Amino acid sequence: MIDATDRRLVAATQAGLPLVERPYHALADELGLSPEEVMRRLRRMLASGVIRRIGAVPNHYRLGWTENGMSVWDVEEARLPELGPKVGGLPFVTHCYRRPRRPPLWPYNLFAMVHGRAPAEVAAKVEEIRDLLGGACRGHTVLTSTRILKKTGLRLAG
Amino acid sequence: MDDTDRRLVNTLLGGFPVEERPFAPIARQLGLEEPEVIRRLSRLRAEGVLTRFGPLYDAERLGGAVTLCAMQVPAERFEEVAAIVNSFPEVAHNYERRHALNMWFVLAVERPEQIEAAVARIEAAAGLEVLSLPKLDEYFLELKLTA
Repeated sequence: MIDATDRRLVAATQAGLPLVERPYHALADELGLSPEEVMRRLRRMLASGVIRRIGAVPNHYRLGWTENGMSVWDVEEARLPELGPKVGGLPFVTHCYRRPRRPPLWPYNLFAMVHGRAPAEVAAKVEEIRDLLGGACRGHTVLTSTRILKKTGLRLAG
Repeated sequence: MDDTDRRLVNTLLGGFPVEERPFAPIARQLGLEEPEVIRRLSRLRAEGVLTRFGPLYDAERLGGAVTLCAMQVPAERFEEVAAIVNSFPEVAHNYERRHALNMWFVLAVERPEQIEAAVARIEAAAGLEVLSLPKLDEYFLELKLTA
């Protein structure tokens, strides 16, 4: 678990690191900690998975990945432990989750976000997932987003 | 964006070092000077090519909870309901999607027990049912989209 000092570190870094030669030293000054402690805590949170990664978060659209589709699949539950990681491992799938079905409106239990540089590319990739799932899949659809209504980053602490 | 920017973004998708001068090894790897790496990165962030540069936290491991919610909103109420849903600070993202369930938003709270209450408050405010679809398993979450 993380402690109060970790939470201060999360609050200070969730919008980003200072872009200076010694970013962890700058953080340490800001928080009244030693640089060694800042780095030790960040390393520990990386090791425990509290921090997924440290790096750049690009705007997909600006990198040319302008098309995306939320593909959703009705997959035999017993086959998901085997098939889920295969779908998630495809190079064009960024997020892949098992979620609950809510019948009758929502029969789908596997979500895979597919990205492409053109609409036809997304459709071709969805076909690739369909082939991979084969007979274990009873149905699927793709929900394209027509509008972003709100987009604020997650605020996790502080 | 030039080729150097692209190489820089691709190199920095993950694994940024935790050491005194973390930009130095990145610069060496790319054959650039450290100040140039920082300058380019600052520009990419200012221009919005990067939305952020830093640690990416796992909300659940921080003790919080996240769920994906879907709503079936009548067309004539769509804008009104969007404004209601967006007014909740727990709503991080909200998208209009082409489906009978036409509004999809992500709810993020600091403690797992707050999810149910937030869903109930949104349902009451909008007068519509909210389907909460929390993740049960995660098969992958990795940044693979290169510049």
